[in-house]
Amino acid sequence: MAMEKMSIAKALNESLRKALDTDPKVLIMGEDVGKLGGVFRITDGLQKDFGEDRVIDTPLAESGIVGTAIGLALRGYRPIVEIQFDGFVFPAYDQIVTQLAKMHARSLGKIKLPVVVRIPYGGGIGAVEHHSESPEALFAHVAGLKVVSPSNASDAYWMMQQAVQSDDPIIFFEPKRRYWDKGELDTESIPGQLHRASVARTGTDLTLVAYGPMVKVCLEAAAAAEEEGKSIEVVDLRSMSPIDFDAIQTSVEKTRRLVVVHEAPVFYGSGAEIAARITERCFYHLEAPVLRVGGYHVPYPPARLEDEYLPGLDRVLDAVDRSLAY
Amino acid sequence: MTVESTAAARKPRRSSKRTSAAKTPAKTSQSSGPELVQLLTPEGERVEHPDYSIDLTEDELRGLYRDMVLTRRFDAEATALQRQGELGLWASLLGQEAAQIGSGRALRDDDYVFPTYREHGVAWCRGVDPTNLLGMFRGVNHGGWDPNTNNFHLYTIVIGSQTLHATGYAMGVAKDGADSAVIAYFGDGASSQGDVAEAFTFSAVYNAPVVFFCQNNQWAISEPTEKQTRVPLYQRAQGFGFPGVRVDGNDVLACLAVTKAALERARQGEGPTLVEAFTYRMGAHTTSDDPTKYRADEERASWEAKDPILRLRTYLENVGAADEAFFTALDEESETLGKRVRDAVRSMPQPDRMAIFEHAYADGSALVDEERAQFAAYQASFAEEGK
Ligand SMILES: Cc1ncc(C[n+]2csc(CCOP(=O)(O)OP(=O)(O)O)c2C)c(N)n1
Repeated sequence: MAMEKMSIAKALNESLRKALDTDPKVLIMGEDVGKLGGVFRITDGLQKDFGEDRVIDTPLAESGIVGTAIGLALRGYRPIVEIQFDGFVFPAYDQIVTQLAKMHARSLGKIKLPVVVRIPYGGGIGAVEHHSESPEALFAHVAGLKVVSPSNASDAYWMMQQAVQSDDPIIFFEPKRRYWDKGELDTESIPGQLHRASVARTGTDLTLVAYGPMVKVCLEAAAAAEEEGKSIEVVDLRSMSPIDFDAIQTSVEKTRRLVVVHEAPVFYGSGAEIAARITERCFYHLEAPVLRVGGYHVPYPPARLEDEYLPGLDRVLDAVDRSLAY
Repeated sequence: MTVESTAAARKPRRSSKRTSAAKTPAKTSQSSGPELVQLLTPEGERVEHPDYSIDLTEDELRGLYRDMVLTRRFDAEATALQRQGELGLWASLLGQEAAQIGSGRALRDDDYVFPTYREHGVAWCRGVDPTNLLGMFRGVNHGGWDPNTNNFHLYTIVIGSQTLHATGYAMGVAKDGADSAVIAYFGDGASSQGDVAEAFTFSAVYNAPVVFFCQNNQWAISEPTEKQTRVPLYQRAQGFGFPGVRVDGNDVLACLAVTKAALERARQGEGPTLVEAFTYRMGAHTTSDDPTKYRADEERASWEAKDPILRLRTYLENVGAADEAFFTALDEESETLGKRVRDAVRSMPQPDRMAIFEHAYADGSALVDEERAQFAAYQASFAEEGK
């Protein structure tokens, strides 16, 4: 076993390196991905080792990046494109939603578009506007796309491997404020499938469901709750489309209470989908309504107010208390 | 896992003929050439240009110098404040003072400006208090000024978006029969965005009174202009049906003259112009950036010799338009400005937490009202616990 402790950023870098190395059809494209190695250095050193033909600095045009990646995929390549920040994916949203998501269906399955769109997302880094958003629901709502987000180094590494190998377009959301968090990574044995949720902590009194940057907050909340004698299970969703409802159901049938936590606004968010489905599936098991903790229906606030906006330990624990009070 | 072993085994896959053809696009003619409008050489000599002339009083010349010096001082202070942790980020304009002051001073009060995020010098010319520019970089707001007070729109971070807003605004100006003009600032990187091409199309088709002012500072973060275009940027305009001109972006006189002429064309109903100010970003892209990863020190050094402020100083001294007393007084004024900015930033209050619920909608929203009330109740619960 090759166990190593590394950051999420490094795990992604290693995973991309492996992808380039394994399959000559894999390409990396984006703004500043070459010499600079991306503004978060996720592609650090890759152009140096694989050349400008494989790791491509693109013109500053997101629609162009995704649109040409579609063309390259039509020609048999497997592009991994980097969108520099969450808020800059929208110039490419048209290409992603109207083209990338739909060509497979329109061609009656003849066309496959194995494109990975990597997006560093979420807040908590004190950035200016358009650098802290969580637009995952906007993509999960679109049929034809798969949407995932790792929360730890091991998942970052393996989910990227699986995303690159997938023949479907994958929107790969990277929790940017966790890039520097370190975790154990076994580069040899593949853990779960790409769209399976995982139980990050077992418990019996209540289930917290989260993904990406919020998994850590939920684990901390569960640890704090334990000191008050509450046993909290934390499910790391990993995939926002499709969603592993079976895993959530299994957990909720045990704990009978569910709180969904994400950074994105609660209104029309992924928590709404989970609450509705789990209510359908587990109506007779539930002791409390499914609660949601997330952002408000306001523009992502300036940096000095983001701690008020982002769900933290207190807000998660408050929801836990409210659920347990039913 | 070993990284080195895998890296060594790689070979280019395509035939070398094809590869080399694809790999060597003709270098764009990006260096200064005869097409570059210049009125003041890097050595501080006044030269003439057949199409662009300018005649300024000594007072006006000193004014331009003062604008550039104070803008640079403000910028340096902001950079220092970022280093001291007072600002989350800063996008420095160091090296681009002439492009911004020259174009900014070409504007009339009733013209309208659509900046990107680095136009601190243009903001200065518009009379925006420089301390207002710092709120968004400190993280207390997303703007910090009323765009209509000085006809200076909010900074736009999404690359190129504002060129379309400028075009639409200019279409409105024309519809109203007004004779003002509109100017949109953007970078060489932004010129690749679809929005910018669409702005060119709309402005040409509707003959909108807009000037596109592209500051080609040679870099879009780590990407050189060659990664955006194979033709000199000013030549793009031709394909859209309006004139493009390249001006020495480190020459404040040329920038003033060229922008004035372009604005005049717009006022006369002759439609858009693209001005490419050929300049250089002396510092990092922003304080988060590390230019040593992608560019050579020699390049910066070669541009230092073209410094916009130095050349005007040389000229002022040579023609005796400014004496020692002027420069000394300006130094003092710079220090006062620096201190004012420093104090203003340090005393910016932490915004009220309820502010996140303000202004999401002009007419309000029941949903936001509900969330605001929940948030307030939640906050109040801490106060009670604390008792
Ligand atoms: C749509 C969009 N994509 C990416 C970015 C990230 N970004 C910010 S500035 C920048 C480079 C811009 O270069 P240029 O247009 O030349 O302007 P400069 O900063 O050099 O003045 C990039 C890629 C962004 N702000 N907006």
